[in-house]
Amino acid sequence: MSKLTGAEIFVKCLHEEKSTTVFGYPGGVIIPLADQIHKEKSIKFYLTRHEQGAVHAADGYARATGDVGVCIATSGPGATNLVTGIATAYLDSIPIVAITGQVKSTLIGNDAFQEVDMVGITRPITKHNYLVKDVKDLAGVMKEAFHIARTGRPGPVLIDLPVDVQIQKTEFKYPKNVSIRGYKPTYEGHLGQIKKIMKAISKSSRPLLYVGGGVILSEAAKELTAFAKKTNIPVTMTMMGLGAFPGDNRLSLGMLGMHGTAYANHAVQDADLIIAVGARFDDRVTGRIDKFAPNAKVAHIDIDPSSVSKNIQVDIPVIGDAKSILKEMNKLAEKKSYTAWHKTIEKWKKELPLKYKDDNNVHPQYIIEQIQEITKDKDVIIATEVGQNQMWAAQHYIYSKPRTWISSGGLGTMGYGFPAAIGAQIGKPNSLVFDIAGDGSIQMNIQELATAVLNKLPVKIIILNNGYLGMVRQWQELFYDKRYAWTVLAEDMDQMCPDFVKLAESYGAKGIRVKKKAEVKSAIKEAIKTKGPVIVDFWIEREENVFPMVPAGESISNMMHGLA
Amino acid sequence: MSKFVIAVLVENKFGVLARVAGLFSARGFNINSLAVGETEDPDVSRITLVVEADEKILEQVKKQLNKLIDTIKVEDLTDGEYVDRELILIKVKASGVTVREKIVSIVDSTGAAIVDIGKRSVTVEESGNEHSIKALIELLRPYGIIEIVRTGKIALQSDK
Repeated sequence: MSKLTGAEIFVKCLHEEKSTTVFGYPGGVIIPLADQIHKEKSIKFYLTRHEQGAVHAADGYARATGDVGVCIATSGPGATNLVTGIATAYLDSIPIVAITGQVKSTLIGNDAFQEVDMVGITRPITKHNYLVKDVKDLAGVMKEAFHIARTGRPGPVLIDLPVDVQIQKTEFKYPKNVSIRGYKPTYEGHLGQIKKIMKAISKSSRPLLYVGGGVILSEAAKELTAFAKKTNIPVTMTMMGLGAFPGDNRLSLGMLGMHGTAYANHAVQDADLIIAVGARFDDRVTGRIDKFAPNAKVAHIDIDPSSVSKNIQVDIPVIGDAKSILKEMNKLAEKKSYTAWHKTIEKWKKELPLKYKDDNNVHPQYIIEQIQEITKDKDVIIATEVGQNQMWAAQHYIYSKPRTWISSGGLGTMGYGFPAAIGAQIGKPNSLVFDIAGDGSIQMNIQELATAVLNKLPVKIIILNNGYLGMVRQWQELFYDKRYAWTVLAEDMDQMCPDFVKLAESYGAKGIRVKKKAEVKSAIKEAIKTKGPVIVDFWIEREENVFPMVPAGESISNMMHGLA
Repeated sequence: MSKFVIAVLVENKFGVLARVAGLFSARGFNINSLAVGETEDPDVSRITLVVEADEKILEQVKKQLNKLIDTIKVEDLTDGEYVDRELILIKVKASGVTVREKIVSIVDSTGAAIVDIGKRSVTVEESGNEHSIKALIELLRPYGIIEIVRTGKIALQSDK
């Protein structure tokens, strides 16, 4: 058998895993790998302008397609620039494999040029990580890395690859199977536990499905939707769960939690049974934990045992894959009317809808609703940055399919949305991809506009520009006597820096500025019509707030509504 | 906060101990003692930890330990029957003949042993459970303890 270099083996492994789309940035100790990928026409490599852009793009690609995202960086600063993106993927359970170059294995530990202990740095933010010290281990490590990233509760895996290992030669044999004795995720749910849930449902008069990102990760949206419809149980989604159940269905209550709908939060507090599926009772969902769902028995379906009874004591846990468990539950499902319960929910929906002041000013909610209206018959993916822009996009756009909402939930990473939108566009070339952004977060990875322009990726960047770091400003308005410490990006809008239209143009993208409500629709239409990437710089009502809002640490019954 | 004895069976590989220890340090838990060694299977190491922790948070740590790819099994020995041993070396001041004789008699009566004799000190070795080791330390303390080194507790579940 002929021998291959580590770099050649790496490329063979990518083929074996059918992961031929790769994002990255070069540097000294990754040149052998870059050189090999460059020689192979079959690998599509995207050069970003910052390593953080590469890792978020790999993450966005993974979220949009369901495949493992791959990114590559060099050692030292290249590698540390991945850290925020790896943590982002970790907190949202996104399968990515990140490869970092490392100094020569004989130099490790010597404070060599551009050396950092990447395995040490990423230990708490990866599902698993590897330092490959011998080329003979590389194929096995690659096989394990992809397996670990995509199975069980998915997550990022990092492989640290010293430069000499990329050059060393060995025989290539790709393992057929992975067997790790300490890692055997449970997929099938315990039938006895499943029956207990069904029994609890039959006894319940106010049941509620509380659905998270796990449903999307396990490709269980179809089964979940069937179950909700079959049983007539209303559904609320976490931010990560948006798209798991059609938002326009009468059973949908939209998002719950800190900026959830009033009717979703009231339903949680009033329910006598909560069936959590692939959700983890995060503090942004529960608010004050001892006041959360006081009347409810809690059933929890999750593939990760460590998520069960972590924050909330669970009465009926079922460990396993949401899809396979929901399939079982569908076999046992029976229709019930829950007339009184639905009547109560309808009343809340009528009395406490999402609302904003619909006057002649440019309101961000209106912009989101117009995007929805204009793109009704298109395949749309909405990526977001983090902050008010993210919450408005979560509240006012109706997601009807999984993998159409791409947003940093757990880590709340500003600067995530645009590179993630790039990755999503590459993964789903026929979708119309938006990045809903704020004027703050878009500046955190704006350099990727070059990546979008040069690769002809027609991502539409919608900047909801208020000249503030709006979400923090909102907290300061409500809880810090309007002392806007560090949150003013422009004293008045005419001093807005940068000029986003000129910025777009300098990259060779199109820039559109909108200051009037009457121009909102035509600007969105023009952006869609334009072939390449576009920035639409909407100057919005500056001190618009996101409502409803549950102040941090309070019961989710305690919502601030803002508007009368 | 109370004391727990946890045994973790892990793959015998580099970096695994750091993963295990990291789960405790990230939560601000101090590891009181730690003993690591190969088991009957050379590919498997056994890590025995004694930690002071909040019970509810420790529950989460145990689940996280189980979640580590390199973890094969986690045993919480705290509540069950188990045998435990720790090895200790105590260097104690012993310059005069009378003092030495007294130390020798303590050592004889406790089942400890003298493993090194210097000009001004002797080193006592004892293997035992937490209780017997503590008792020996207290008996020797009046003579002036110069240095103590202990291996950390090892423990096995009892079959009883």
